[in-house]
Amino acid sequence: MSMATAIPQPVERENYLNKEYGVWSWLLTTDHKRIALLYLISITFFFFIGGFFALLIRLELLTPAGDLVQADTYNKLFTMHGMVMIFFFLIPSIPAVLGNFLVPLMIGAKDLAFPRINLLSWYLYIIGGVMMLHCMLTGGVDTGWTFYAPFSTSFTNTKIVEAGLAIFVAGFSSILTGLNFVVTIHRMRAPGMTWSRLPLFIWAHYATSIIQLLGTPVVAVTIVLVAAERALHLGIFDPKLGGDPLLFQHLFWFYSHPAVYIMILPSMGVVTEIIACFSRKRIFGYHFVAFSSIAIAVFGFLVWAHHMFVAGISVYSALVFSFLSYAVALPSAIKVFNWTATLYKGSIHYDAPMLYAFGFLGLFTIGGLTGLFLSALGINVHVTDTYFVVAHFHYIMVGGAVMGYLGGMHFWWPKISGRLYPEGWARLAALIVFIGFNLTFFPQFVLGYMGMPRRYYDYSHMPEFQVLNVLSTAGATVLGVGYLLPMVYFLWSMRYGKPASDNPWNAAGLEWKTASPPPTFNFDEEPVVTWEAYNYEELDAPHSEEVPVAR
Amino acid sequence: MAAHVDALYIFLLIVTGMMALLVFVLVIFFAARFRHRPGVRAEQIEGSTALEITWSAIPFAIFMVIFAWGAVVYFKERTPPADATEVYVVAKQWMWKVEHAEGQREINELHVPVGRDVKLIMTSQDVIHSFYIPAFRIKQDVLPGRYTVEWFRATKPGVYHLFCAEYCGTQHSGMVGSIIVQEPAQYEAWMNGGSTGPLSATGEKIFSELGCVTCHRSDTQGRGPNLQGVFGKPVQLEDGRTVTADENYLRECILDPGAKRVKGFQPIMPTFQGLVSEEQVNALVAYIKSISAAKPAAGAKTNASFATPRDPNQIQAQADVKAQAQPNAQPNRSQVQ
Repeated sequence: MSMATAIPQPVERENYLNKEYGVWSWLLTTDHKRIALLYLISITFFFFIGGFFALLIRLELLTPAGDLVQADTYNKLFTMHGMVMIFFFLIPSIPAVLGNFLVPLMIGAKDLAFPRINLLSWYLYIIGGVMMLHCMLTGGVDTGWTFYAPFSTSFTNTKIVEAGLAIFVAGFSSILTGLNFVVTIHRMRAPGMTWSRLPLFIWAHYATSIIQLLGTPVVAVTIVLVAAERALHLGIFDPKLGGDPLLFQHLFWFYSHPAVYIMILPSMGVVTEIIACFSRKRIFGYHFVAFSSIAIAVFGFLVWAHHMFVAGISVYSALVFSFLSYAVALPSAIKVFNWTATLYKGSIHYDAPMLYAFGFLGLFTIGGLTGLFLSALGINVHVTDTYFVVAHFHYIMVGGAVMGYLGGMHFWWPKISGRLYPEGWARLAALIVFIGFNLTFFPQFVLGYMGMPRRYYDYSHMPEFQVLNVLSTAGATVLGVGYLLPMVYFLWSMRYGKPASDNPWNAAGLEWKTASPPPTFNFDEEPVVTWEAYNYEELDAPHSEEVPVAR
Repeated sequence: MAAHVDALYIFLLIVTGMMALLVFVLVIFFAARFRHRPGVRAEQIEGSTALEITWSAIPFAIFMVIFAWGAVVYFKERTPPADATEVYVVAKQWMWKVEHAEGQREINELHVPVGRDVKLIMTSQDVIHSFYIPAFRIKQDVLPGRYTVEWFRATKPGVYHLFCAEYCGTQHSGMVGSIIVQEPAQYEAWMNGGSTGPLSATGEKIFSELGCVTCHRSDTQGRGPNLQGVFGKPVQLEDGRTVTADENYLRECILDPGAKRVKGFQPIMPTFQGLVSEEQVNALVAYIKSISAAKPAAGAKTNASFATPRDPNQIQAQADVKAQAQPNAQPNRSQVQ
């Protein structure tokens, strides 16, 4: 085992990374782990493109006047920032990278149920991504990622159809990943891996996959309708053609609200694994945490019109959707309480993944609690479409989802790469991200309540907003450094990092019972599960060093 | 209104602040108290159904208080008082056009007197906009093809921001203006300068110019329904439905007469889509409202709930039923003369 060898060049076992070399062994692979790495490279690429747009947005808002870019350019920047970050980074992020890598490993399977479909889903993502890049390079789109009609269908002269098609194709990649996970989790669990022994990461991915399967087709249909109205002048959304603009919003949010849960649920799964491992404890209330994921997936489909409280829906439907929004808040609250309770009487380690998990807890709690403001009808009228909303969803989707993603990347990096990342740098990066994030987005809550509308390129009529905008931009630069650091030291560690043992965290879970990095078919022999999830009691019982002393 | 919203906001700040504090203090305390010490092992705890129920039930109860309070404030925000002064707003890329019932027109400005309820009847010529006055804590999307309504009562003279809050294209951030709240005397002085006559009078002129008057006669002999007193009343449709003749219904009948045809009348009315501007539609609606002086039947309010699914403004419509008991066009007309 590599654990015994501390020298940099150990005798390498055959694993999924060194089994074959060459471009085609990657581009034609059906190994879920290699596909996960293909996804990792692609989504990182898009993350930095989206981040670059964000940086330009923040720089423009440094001064009240619109002086850095043109108005149209700014509108395209926030549109492309949203589209790239949501459809090409956040939605695939944890499921397609960590989920792809870990779902088969965690349940004791050789691969996903449909390895070729898995590869197809990456190619669809890439085709969608290339179309999106082409769209951006040849003019881009200026509707906001929300594509609101009739602006998108009858007024803008930017490349709506092409961007829509890119998202349409990438959507099928998401559907196929979801399909693959659902089938894999149902059919390919190792003997003894019952539903109540599944890691909660798997439960979270199962819930996510259901949303991907049921929700994504609706946005695909919506995009087709937008294209049909735009290209063929069919009257669907534009009242001048006999359509209804609110119909668009209903269809769009029917997917795009649940899509928020596609982004946050996997992150919750990651954080659950990390908290259990670094507290050395079974998760408090396993079944409540598991079922709260399913509850979020189900209720998540019933709250879409809370994006439309001032859009012109009736007071009574607003009441229903406000009530249901509080219903969907509850399972998230239950999760937070269970994670907190898991810490109680734990034996807590402060390694970098745990720091990210703590960061997640703080930011997700703030994001969730500000959701209570937005669900309160009377307040929603004032703060919707302002920076309050911008801050709220960034706390969930960046504070929550990206913190979880980075925590997961650190936690499983030894398994993925077979190397250890530099712990000191990783802790520093976690701290920088946390501080930078809060500095960027907390002032936006205040801006929003003061009334600054979102998507404003020029706020020279209201110079009183400048101080908070400067703070926010300063925070964004700090945050940018925090995001660059892990990329640098992860790359560094691939060559110079210490070789990782099979289970460097002494963590529970089948993925830690195989080699780091794992062999192509994951396990040398099919594992048989005889223990419950998070059996830290047993793992910590015979302390390899302490036991002989005690005797 | 701002006070109601702020009160709820402060309540929420306190409640969520306490919830956040509880979580953060516990996390930090546990993280410090139960940090790893050599030789000390974690104590495995399965969970506790009693605790789970507690920390589900208590937050849910708190959520329901917030929900109910938020709903009450929303009802206030969405229900214009019956005697509110009506102002028509037409949004277009990228400006706000305002028409007072007295005939005053403004662009990107809205003059209102302090202490008076003002109801905005809004529509858009092109894309979706949103009429947002942060100081009053109100916002309402402005849609093409229909009316939406919002109302406020300014309590302090001054100049307040008006923003477009729904992204509407290149100059979205330039679609800003001012709400100018004046003392009544100042407001009267402003109102008396440069008016073109009341909106309903303009509407009456258009009504006869377009020949509406030939079919919509003020007796029962016309080929179209008699419009005297129709506003705010339930209308029997040819297809058996009953709708309330609110602003949106009148608007739809002008632009798409076949969609909700009144029972007993032939589909002979041509569409005026594209022939009349949004401002002219507003004037026509104001005129038809002005000739509906009679108090609506008692049944009108219950019938309003049968408004069709495409009508998002049932509630405003109900308020309008009450509102038109005192049509404000008449006193205003005398004021301008």
